[in-house]
Amino acid sequence: MNLNKKTSNMMRMWQLHVMLIPGIVLAVIFLYLPMFGLVISFQDFKPWLGFFDSPWVGLDNFRRMLDREDSLQVIRNTFFIAGLKIIFGLFVPFIFSLLLNELRHIFFKRMVQTLVYLPHFMSWVILGGILINMLGTSGPVNQLLGSWFGLDPIPFLVQGDWFRFTVIASDIWKEFGFGTILFLAALTAVNPALYEAAEMDGAGRWQQTMHVTIPAVTPIVVVLGTLSLGSILNAGFDQIFNLYNALVYDKGDIIDTFAYRVALLQTQFGFGTAIGMFKALISFVLIVVAYRMAYKFANYRIF
Amino acid sequence: MYYKARSYKIFYAFNFAFLLIMSVTCILPLVHIFAVSLSAQAPANANLVGLWPKGFNIEAYKQTFSNPNFMRSIGVSIERVVLGTGIGMAVTVLTAYPLSKMHLRFRGRALYTWFFVFTMLFNGGLIPTYIVVQKMGLMNSIWALVLPGAVSAWNMVLMMNFFRNVPREIEEAATIDGANHFRTLLSIYLPLSLPSLATLSLFTMVAHWNSWFDGMIYLTDAPKWPLSTLLQTIVVTQDFSKINLQPEDVKLISNATVKASQIFIGAIPILLVYPFLQKYFVKGMVLGSVKG
Repeated sequence: MNLNKKTSNMMRMWQLHVMLIPGIVLAVIFLYLPMFGLVISFQDFKPWLGFFDSPWVGLDNFRRMLDREDSLQVIRNTFFIAGLKIIFGLFVPFIFSLLLNELRHIFFKRMVQTLVYLPHFMSWVILGGILINMLGTSGPVNQLLGSWFGLDPIPFLVQGDWFRFTVIASDIWKEFGFGTILFLAALTAVNPALYEAAEMDGAGRWQQTMHVTIPAVTPIVVVLGTLSLGSILNAGFDQIFNLYNALVYDKGDIIDTFAYRVALLQTQFGFGTAIGMFKALISFVLIVVAYRMAYKFANYRIF
Repeated sequence: MYYKARSYKIFYAFNFAFLLIMSVTCILPLVHIFAVSLSAQAPANANLVGLWPKGFNIEAYKQTFSNPNFMRSIGVSIERVVLGTGIGMAVTVLTAYPLSKMHLRFRGRALYTWFFVFTMLFNGGLIPTYIVVQKMGLMNSIWALVLPGAVSAWNMVLMMNFFRNVPREIEEAATIDGANHFRTLLSIYLPLSLPSLATLSLFTMVAHWNSWFDGMIYLTDAPKWPLSTLLQTIVVTQDFSKINLQPEDVKLISNATVKASQIFIGAIPILLVYPFLQKYFVKGMVLGSVKG
């Protein structure tokens, strides 16, 4: 009987292995093979010579990356843009959800919720096309600023520092609705009895917010903040690629766009891959550290 | 009660106005581009259109819809969405089911799980992936847009978490009735997790409709481009190095109203599925992002 059960269990188990085959095959080809392809960062890769016959150059590509002023600037830009995106991307939705949580007009609250995360689902191609049109020096935004406040046209997309501002602000604009929904879910989960108790103790709304609401949602803010460490080198390829131009390369070019240009447009495959690998390695370490921390301090895990 | 206080009422009024402005800001750009697309050419080209069409007409849409390149790219996009979502979801479900079997003595489960999770942590990046796709002979094929992204560890983890919520007793009953794993997956798990399947499918569809970069690098023949790539290259960045410009094309792209109509049409499918996305969004998001 016992043996019988064991064999029937075995019989059923092979099906589970079979189910995994398509996923494993696809992952090996398109996700793991490219990891081995990273060897070309140690090569002067020539497509016609392939992985095996391209000359090895050791760490030259990495040395070049740390010597060239343009690649260093690109790394600095990436940290700067991604860092500010993370910080504001955490606080703007947090504040916004606190404000939204105050609303007692349910219909209006729903409406706000519905509108704010629409941009999240739009691609940067669409939004880029619209923003380029709206933020041009003679575009509607500058016309408004000019006629209302008498300002000179602002070079949103054609001057380095303004470009950084535009990139960060438009990213926050696109994504804050997404974060708001998350925080709002945490806010609605706060036990109402806590507010009643605070009310009894004579706390006003401001004090209730400071002493009940904020402590209740701080853990999720900390978890999200920790996890976003992993994207400190993700400054947003899609966005920058669709908004930038040669005028703002000095302040607006990031690792991903730079790697794309040097590798696929100037065919310096080895150099481009080295920069990409630099990014992937740092991100890997940070993601692992972040998940460990989130697990340790907040018992967060993805599965 | 705190909300009867005068100071709170003042705050509430300001808050209301602020939230109203913020949420309207989120749709203004779309309204603007829609207004431009419905305007007469002269005010649109001079950038004079704000949120309301000037010289209302639908000429731009007529021109866009009679442009064979544009229509063909919509076809390619639809093809890619259907293939990409179908294959992606099939792979996700087939992988998530075995990995969700924590209670069975399924040898190698932990190893398999790490095999997939590792792809979330580290990747070969742009250039090696490009070379692999090229060596697989997928250049200029629709499969280059579908297969490389078919395995999504993130979707797998989400699906796995959904599958775990299916009561084990139902599965045991099915097993006793003689159902094998394929049958259990098909007749028990899929129907029971329909809402989550719908959520993930919608997200995948949106992702496929929106992606443009893979089309740009893997498809060197412009006629094979999906809509997003066409919009990105021709309409937004105006890079004409990859297409043979015909005189009528030049007329189309130099025209602000036609450009606007093309961009707006690109956004329509998202607007159409948005109500459904929204329905499942909060649930799926919260589950996916912060799971206790």
